[in-house]
Amino acid sequence: GAGQDVGRSCILVSIAGKNVMLDCGMHMGYNDDRRFPDFSYITQNGRLTDFLDCVIISHFHLDHCGALPYFSEMVGYDGPIYMTHPTKAICPILLEDYRKITVDKKGETNFFTSQMIKDCMKKVVAVHLHQTVQVDEELEIKAYYAGHVLGAAMFQIKVGCESVVYTGDYNMTPDRHLGAAWIDKCRPDLLISESTYATTIRDSKRCRERDFLKKVHETVERGGKVLIPVFALGRAQELCILLETFWERMNLKAPIYFSTGLTEKANHYYKLFITWTNQKIRKTFVQRNMFEFKHIKAFDRAFADNPGPMVVFATPGMLHAGQSLQIFRKWAGNEKNMVIMPGYCVQGTVGHKILSGQRKLEMEGRQMLEVKMQVEYMSFSAHADAKGIMQLIRQAEPRNVLLVHGEAKKMEFLKQKIEQEFHVSCFMPANGETTTILTNPCIPVDISLGLLKRETAIGPLPDAKKPKLMHGTLLMKDNSFRLVSPEQALKELGLAEHQLRFTCRVHIQDPRKEHETVLRVYNHLKGILKDYSVQHLPDGSITVESILIQATAHSEDQGTKVLLVSWTYQDEELGSYLTSLLKKGLPQSTP
Amino acid sequence: MAAHLKKRVYEEFTKVVQQQHEDLSSKKLRLTKPSKSAALHVDLCKATSPADALQYLLQFARKPVEVESVEGVVRILLEHYYKENDASVRLKIASLLGLLSKTAGFSPDCIMDDAINTLQNEKSHQVLAQLLDTLLVIGTKLPENPSVRMRLVEVACKHLTDSSHGVRNKCLQLIGCLGPVEKGAAKEAESQAAKDVQKIIGDHFHDQDPRVRTAAIKAMLQLHERGLKLQQAIYSRACKLLADDYEQVRSAAVQLIWVLSQLYPESIVPIPSSNEEIRLVDDAFGKICHMVSDGSWVVRVQAAKLLGSMQQVSSHFLEQTLDKKLMSDLRRKRTAHERAKELYSSGEFSSGRKWGDDAPKEEIDTGAVNLIESGACGAFVHGLEDEMYEVRIAAVEALCMLAQSSPSFAEKCLDFLVDMFNDEIEEVRLQSIHTMRKISNNITLREDQLDTVLAVLEDSSRDIREALHELLCCTNVSTKEGIHLALVELLKNLTKYPTDRESIWKCLKFLGSRHPTLVLPLVPELLSTHPFFDTPEPDMDDPAYIAVLVLIFNAAKSCPTMPALFSDHTFRHYAYLRDSLSHLVPPLRLPGRKLVSSAVSPSITPHEDPSQQFLQQSLERVYNFQHLDPQGIQELLEFTIRDLQRLGELQSELAGMADFTATYLQCQLLLIKALQEKLWNVAAPLYLKQNALASAAAKQILEETYKMEFMYSGVESRQVVIIHHMRLQAKALQLIVTARTTRGVEPLFGMCEKFLQEVDSFQRCFISELPHMQGSFVDKLLDLMPRLVTSKPSEVVKILQTTLRQSTFLHLPLPEQLHRATANIIEPTGESDNPLRFTSGLVVALDVDATLEHVQDPQGTVKVQVLYPDGQAQVIHPKPADFRNPGPGRHRLITQVYLSHTAWTEPCQIEVRLLLAYNSNRSKASTRLPKSTWSESLEALPPSENGIEGTIPFSKPVKVYIMPKPARR
Repeated sequence: GAGQDVGRSCILVSIAGKNVMLDCGMHMGYNDDRRFPDFSYITQNGRLTDFLDCVIISHFHLDHCGALPYFSEMVGYDGPIYMTHPTKAICPILLEDYRKITVDKKGETNFFTSQMIKDCMKKVVAVHLHQTVQVDEELEIKAYYAGHVLGAAMFQIKVGCESVVYTGDYNMTPDRHLGAAWIDKCRPDLLISESTYATTIRDSKRCRERDFLKKVHETVERGGKVLIPVFALGRAQELCILLETFWERMNLKAPIYFSTGLTEKANHYYKLFITWTNQKIRKTFVQRNMFEFKHIKAFDRAFADNPGPMVVFATPGMLHAGQSLQIFRKWAGNEKNMVIMPGYCVQGTVGHKILSGQRKLEMEGRQMLEVKMQVEYMSFSAHADAKGIMQLIRQAEPRNVLLVHGEAKKMEFLKQKIEQEFHVSCFMPANGETTTILTNPCIPVDISLGLLKRETAIGPLPDAKKPKLMHGTLLMKDNSFRLVSPEQALKELGLAEHQLRFTCRVHIQDPRKEHETVLRVYNHLKGILKDYSVQHLPDGSITVESILIQATAHSEDQGTKVLLVSWTYQDEELGSYLTSLLKKGLPQSTP
Repeated sequence: MAAHLKKRVYEEFTKVVQQQHEDLSSKKLRLTKPSKSAALHVDLCKATSPADALQYLLQFARKPVEVESVEGVVRILLEHYYKENDASVRLKIASLLGLLSKTAGFSPDCIMDDAINTLQNEKSHQVLAQLLDTLLVIGTKLPENPSVRMRLVEVACKHLTDSSHGVRNKCLQLIGCLGPVEKGAAKEAESQAAKDVQKIIGDHFHDQDPRVRTAAIKAMLQLHERGLKLQQAIYSRACKLLADDYEQVRSAAVQLIWVLSQLYPESIVPIPSSNEEIRLVDDAFGKICHMVSDGSWVVRVQAAKLLGSMQQVSSHFLEQTLDKKLMSDLRRKRTAHERAKELYSSGEFSSGRKWGDDAPKEEIDTGAVNLIESGACGAFVHGLEDEMYEVRIAAVEALCMLAQSSPSFAEKCLDFLVDMFNDEIEEVRLQSIHTMRKISNNITLREDQLDTVLAVLEDSSRDIREALHELLCCTNVSTKEGIHLALVELLKNLTKYPTDRESIWKCLKFLGSRHPTLVLPLVPELLSTHPFFDTPEPDMDDPAYIAVLVLIFNAAKSCPTMPALFSDHTFRHYAYLRDSLSHLVPPLRLPGRKLVSSAVSPSITPHEDPSQQFLQQSLERVYNFQHLDPQGIQELLEFTIRDLQRLGELQSELAGMADFTATYLQCQLLLIKALQEKLWNVAAPLYLKQNALASAAAKQILEETYKMEFMYSGVESRQVVIIHHMRLQAKALQLIVTARTTRGVEPLFGMCEKFLQEVDSFQRCFISELPHMQGSFVDKLLDLMPRLVTSKPSEVVKILQTTLRQSTFLHLPLPEQLHRATANIIEPTGESDNPLRFTSGLVVALDVDATLEHVQDPQGTVKVQVLYPDGQAQVIHPKPADFRNPGPGRHRLITQVYLSHTAWTEPCQIEVRLLLAYNSNRSKASTRLPKSTWSESLEALPPSENGIEGTIPFSKPVKVYIMPKPARR
């Protein structure tokens, strides 16, 4: 899922023989089988558990975790599922809510049950930020902060020296309750990034916030009521914080309410996971937990008829049903009131209608509702925009980029940009498509300390930036590689050492006596090879380091002397140099 | 007797004696020296294990070592060093060597050779690093010895190839600190040995260890600080370091690039990808801007800070930093700022936004969009939106500095600054308001911007509101609607936070005087006058009405047509306000209103000159009174004092000066009165009344002199002498009075002695000023000194009395600027009738808010005093953090005072006031020693002078109604 598409995020990564599934989401747009990813892709026969090494859930949005109970309980997967602590805490609430709506309201059968959600959550392993978790001996994962929603994380998956970073959804600009996504220069082989806003560069959030606050403030001062339809999690908390601090700053007295139920529960978790929030909340937490709202109280249905100004956060966000719609109907008639839509509305909902300027709505029962209240639209979205995506790529320095979670046309643009700016290849596979990325795996080899020290002692100082040539024996044994000194290798393998010697005869025309020739050769070599120890041995031979040179007169022709050059395999370089040198002949005789 | 006394004083406290002391001790030291180093030697030899030795060394390190014995100790340590096998002990010894060579007065060149020798045989990297550190200390101790430095640098260069990062680190540090700076001096030596320090350091820019890389850059910066001109060639290498993996390296590299950009702003560098070339400073600017979106916040802060100081950058680049092209679905979108501007210019304002109002307009060419610009694009946009508030503050600061130097940039960054007013962290908001104030000369606020600015007025933080008032004081507003808006919002603020009254009035004063023409059309509306009907007279005590009047009157000052619009009561109110709030209401020329025009000010011409003249004249008159009879003198003094006090009230600029002189004259007057001859000749039984008067006078003079000395800022040593002189006279008077009342001679001895000591110390402190004091009391007294020290107390008293009477009145020269320290308690107001109830035995916190003016070092001197009805007094020292400094010479104290008492039967008032604590040797009068030498001066002074400490109440007491209830059981 999520290939050139938004929703139903589910990506399968095979890395160095390990299979990892990233996210397991549902699609909002479908109500049939298409709402869940097609798990038969993974394996046709055989259990999923055998095929998958682990499942990673980036955050608690349903398009990233909605299919999890179905996948683990109904399809059957018993392996580990990784997610962060806040995600683990909030995820079951949302799943349960989703289940309720589908089963209880829409009356669907063949859906996962509450028990299944519970069972599924038992398989979850919670991870901390920047904690490296060893899934098995080779596979390790590490979570990075991603902003977006509470507990959202980016995951680095690493096997040996190959690595993949999966961003999930992330946000590069901090907001009122969460910080910005951050990753170190981990240089993964592949970065899988979302690209919801691939073609958008957003304005400063401050303007948006200011507009929002100003509108609310003005309405409240006029004595009007403000309705803010929100979804339970994420933006609702941001707006709560925003209003709460504003109320505090401006000393306002009008009450703020949020609808009970889901939001209340979620707020509880927000209070607990302070470490996942932004700098301001973390710093002031000692004095006061920002989520312990002073001005924001739980809403009761009866409050809607209270006189005087008030601000109400109500679910759901698109005004299509539930509490927000009820309140909307009550307040719509008064032009002093205002409704602020903080997010996108699907076509066909009341929210969409009023945003497109409709002033008369037909409600159920042929009732006509005249909308006199002001309608405002404010976009608060927590995805990285094009600049943010580029910034993340710059931070992580990947070798390849793969775009998911976005529309194909927009991806195309971003892809082109990425290739142009960073000169890395960029992919954007569709659903069901497999992209193969070639990596340059490096194979770590153990080296014995003695050898390392010996080898580094030769030549100039070690420089980490430059590769260095070393002599040694590569032992491949028990699926591991070791570099050892030849002696040790021989010992371990139980082999006797063989000496390999090269000998070479060089003919020189020299009529003189043997020992004179030797002397000439000696002087010649001594003159050329200044850095080496050239010795003239008493038995009439010459040694250059360990290379032996002997001269004998040719048996047939006394004028030709035969120089016997002999060297071991280790001295190959010098030996061959010497022979070529001698072959050129001696310099014209010097008396 | 007194001579003996004087000698003793000298013996005990003067420098001469101390010298002797030193001699003595040094002699002793010479005796103990061998024993001390020997003790160490013995200890070290005794040590059986390295751990033991380490313990001894640690103990030894705790004790200071005298200069003379340093060398001996060093020898012993070195000796032991060679013998020691354990690296940790050698390490400790090496660090001790460094410590010892820091000893003041010790010249470490004698141990340098040894230290260098030890380096050669050392194997342990840690010890090596420590030894190099020691060498660094030695090198810095010998700044004027180039050959030593050369040698040390050479040693360091040799060790640069060490495999441990710690050693290389230290080497680079050493080269950075000691490397030769000037090219010409030791050219030969330089060329052969330490060839080119820059090159050596530069080679380590690519070291494998990030710590060494950092050290290399730091060393380079160090060289720059010491005056070496860095080569431009480094620039390209430094640029590469910006992409380093480690944040310390990047952070240091940013600094290096900044330095280079300041050194070679105009040289041209090529742009890598194209054939174009740009100025180096622009290139560097772009690079540093790029670092504002770095992964590490430390680097971001650093980069944002440095941006502010790059003022040579061309405006084209500068303006890019605020540029961020918006797009949505590949179509160009306008920013909210642009939309606001457009709305404004089209004449429409504050329309509610519809959905799709920000709908993207034109299609943009995909190729033209540069998502990650290499240039400066949007650096500040990013910086201001950063997650960490440190970065945001740094960005705001940088914005401020750049905007101050470039008006066009100031205009552009306005929108962003205004946005920052809504930051979630108060410090950031405050900082951006201050920034705005600093650049306000260059800008004019648009109405929509003003709207946003004014919205912050409702902030519950007082600091923010007051900063904003300050900002409004110096903003330019473009339209009359703007002024009206500002006024309305300020009045709203006033009703919400009545305590802001003063600050709002002041703000409106400046607002009015800056925009007279904009206020003019608003006048009828503001005063709610009607062409045909009389409107009811507004309430004069209403702060809001006063605020409006302040605005109008200040505008009217430079707009002569405005008074024609006033109604009758407005003129009356003007007269009233001009008198009661003279600092807010300027003098106006009001046609045909004799009521005001003649009395106070006939013209708006500057006032200083005549009043200054008046001050001078009246003083001269006083100083020339010698020929007058005593009665005449007294009257003249009284009149002059009255005149001066009135002058001080009228002319705020001269208030300090006038008060100061008035106080001085008051002292003189008291002295004259106390010394009136006829009273002193009465018979003994009638002394009583006389004594009471005289001793009271003496006491008051003493108090006044302390006030003069410590309450005024800007007092110079010339004045201090005279103040002290006056005090001396008062003390003499005191002595005389006591001498006449006490029986017996014994107590008098002590008093005389004390007095003579004081005369003595006066002479010593003010020796340079004595020639100016011809004919004065002290002058005469010093002439008589030989006689005084030998005579009996009764005679002394007699002499004193005659000298006092004969001595002339000293002329008090006035300093350029003189300000009296004042304090005003704003809160508690003292108007509440509701007692503050609390359970006895527990504490209640009382918020105190006060403004202090012209107080030097308020953290140390200002105290809060609480007086309970039972006479119990409590002095509270506020925390240093409670003082804020809103402007030069002004401070603000916002603190909490904890009250507690046992149960009372009914509520009662306590008094809260501010005290100014003084300490006579703090200012040590004459010398006005700088703070650093303060401890030394303390030692040099006789203890008899340290003692005088006291407090001066300098604010009006405020009464607070409290009621401690008995605890309920």
